[in-house]
Amino acid sequence: MRDAFIRTLTDLAPQHPELLLLTGDLGFKVLDQYIARFPRQFLNVGVAEQNMSGLAAGLALEGHTVFTYSIGNFPTLRCLEQIRNDICYHGANVKIVCIGGGMSYGAVGFSHHATEDLAILRSLPGMLVFSPCDLWEAAEAARYLVSHRGPAYLRLDKSAAPVNVEPGEAFRPGSIRTVREGSDVTLAATGGILGEALLAADALAEQGIFCRVLSVHTVKPLDTDTLAAAASETGGIISIEEHAVDGGLGGAISEALMEAGVFPGFFVRMGLRNTFSSAVGSQQYLRKVYSLDAAAIARTVSARLARGADRFLTVAAR
Amino acid sequence: MTSVGGGAHIGAVFSCADILAVLYGGFLRVDPTAPKSPSRDRFVLSKGHAGAGLYAVLAERGFFPVEQLLTHYQDGSDLSGHVSHKLPGVDVSTGSLGHGLSIAAGMAYSAKLKSAPHRVFCLLSDGECDEGSTWEAALFAAHHGLSNLIAIVDYNRIQGIAPIAEVIELAPFAEKWTAFGWGVREVDGHDHQALHTALAAAPFVAGKPSCILAHTVKGKGVSFMENSVLWHYRIPRGAEFDAALAELEAHP
Repeated sequence: MRDAFIRTLTDLAPQHPELLLLTGDLGFKVLDQYIARFPRQFLNVGVAEQNMSGLAAGLALEGHTVFTYSIGNFPTLRCLEQIRNDICYHGANVKIVCIGGGMSYGAVGFSHHATEDLAILRSLPGMLVFSPCDLWEAAEAARYLVSHRGPAYLRLDKSAAPVNVEPGEAFRPGSIRTVREGSDVTLAATGGILGEALLAADALAEQGIFCRVLSVHTVKPLDTDTLAAAASETGGIISIEEHAVDGGLGGAISEALMEAGVFPGFFVRMGLRNTFSSAVGSQQYLRKVYSLDAAAIARTVSARLARGADRFLTVAAR
Repeated sequence: MTSVGGGAHIGAVFSCADILAVLYGGFLRVDPTAPKSPSRDRFVLSKGHAGAGLYAVLAERGFFPVEQLLTHYQDGSDLSGHVSHKLPGVDVSTGSLGHGLSIAAGMAYSAKLKSAPHRVFCLLSDGECDEGSTWEAALFAAHHGLSNLIAIVDYNRIQGIAPIAEVIELAPFAEKWTAFGWGVREVDGHDHQALHTALAAAPFVAGKPSCILAHTVKGKGVSFMENSVLWHYRIPRGAEFDAALAELEAHP
C-alpha cells in the first residue's frame, strides 16, 4: 500500500506543483524516486512530528497541499494537538499518512502498532478518515486526497486484500464498497484485514453460509445507507478491524445504526479488546493471537448463527 | 475589555504591548482593507494568551471596530481569550503553547519556495520555550536558512505560576538560540526605538533566522502588576481597575 501511495503521488506531483510531501525521517529507499524527481516538493523534517504537523499547517495556509508521512502513531498521536489545533481548526489542507496501520509492523513491537488511530482521528472535526483494504483503494484514496481540500487521514496497511475491482469501477470516497455479495451475515472490515474476512467467507461458503463482505475504506464520513441495508438484508453484522474495538470501525458502525434506528439481527465488534498488541510476531501471527484471523472470523460467524438458531428454537418451543 | 470580559492574562498582555505596538504601529506590512493580501507580512502570536493585546492593536489599526473589543470573553463573541483567526488580521489561532513557531516556519518556508518578499514574525513567550516543539521548529528554521523568519521572545522571566528561575531556567538564553543556528539580538522590549531598530536590522546574520530576545516586565505600566506572578491570571476590578487605568493614562 505504501508503494501504491508513493507511486500515485509521484504520478500526480508534476500536475500539482502545490503538492508537498513531508516525512518525519522515515521512508528509506521508498521515497527515493519521488525525491529525485521532485526535490522542491519534498521535505525531510527530521524526527520531529510536532514540528512536522505545525509546519504542514503553516504551509497549507499558504496554499500548499501537504502530505505528512510517517509510521504508526508518529504522525498522529505523537502530534495530536497540532493536528487538532493547527490543522483541523484552520481547515488546513493537510493529509496525514500513516504507514503501518494496525499491527503491520508486527514483531517491531507495540510502539509501532497503530491501534487507536481511527477512533481518535475520526473524532476531530473536519477530518476525513480513509483506511483502504487493497492496493487499488490505496492508490485511489491517495489520488482523491491530492485534489480534495481540507484535513484528511490516510491509514495504510502493510497487508492488503487481493484486488477485486469490477471493470470500470470508480472509487467513491465516503461510500462502502461491497466486495462480495451474501445474505447470511455481513462482514464489515477496514484495512488489509479485509483479506481475512474474504478467506473466512470462502470457508463459510463451503458450509453453505454466505457472507456479504464490505470494505469500509472511508471510516469518516461513514456510509450509513449501505450499513443499514446490510443490517436489514443479512442476519447480522460483524465489524472487523486491526484496531481497538472502542470507537473504531465497530464503534462508528454501532453509532450510525443506532441513530438511524436500524438494528442488525446481531452485532459483534472484532478487534483488540482493552489490550496492547504486545505479543511478538508477524502481522499474521498477531492476528491469530488476538483472534482476528480468518479462522477466528469464521468461528465467530458460526457461533453467532448457532446462537441465533438456539434462540429461534427456544422461542419456537414456547 | 479584560475587566468587562472577566478574563485575560493581563500581565502577559502588558508585557508584550510595546512589541505589538511597534509591529502594528507601522513596521509590519499589513493592510486593514486587505487583511488576506498575499504580499502582507505574516504574524503569528504564539503566546495566544495575549490575544487581548493583539485584538487591541488590530482594532486600533482598523481591522475591526474598536467597540468590538468590549465583546472580549462575552457570550457569542468572536474574541475568545486565546487569539482567534475568526478576526480579520489574525492568521492563526493559538492558545496551546509551543505551536506558533512551527506554523510560522511553514509560512516562511513557503515564502522562500515562492521567492516571495514578505516576512513572517512570531511572538513567543519565554515560558513556551519549555516546550520541546519550540526547539524542533528552531532547528528546522536554522537548517533551512529561513532568514525571512523573525521570532520575538517576550522575555519577562515569569511564567504561569512562578518565576522562570524557579521553574525551568532558560539562561543562557541568547546562547541557546545562537547555538541553534539563529542570529540573536537582545533589546529592551519596552523601548520602541530599540525594538524598531532591531526589527529593521533583521536578518542579523545573512541566511539565518533571527531571534529578538525582548527583555520585558510582566504587567508593565501598572506598578502593582509589574513583575508579579499574581497578575498572570488576575482580573483588575473596582479600585484596582481604576488605579490601573489611572497609571496607564498618566503614561500614554
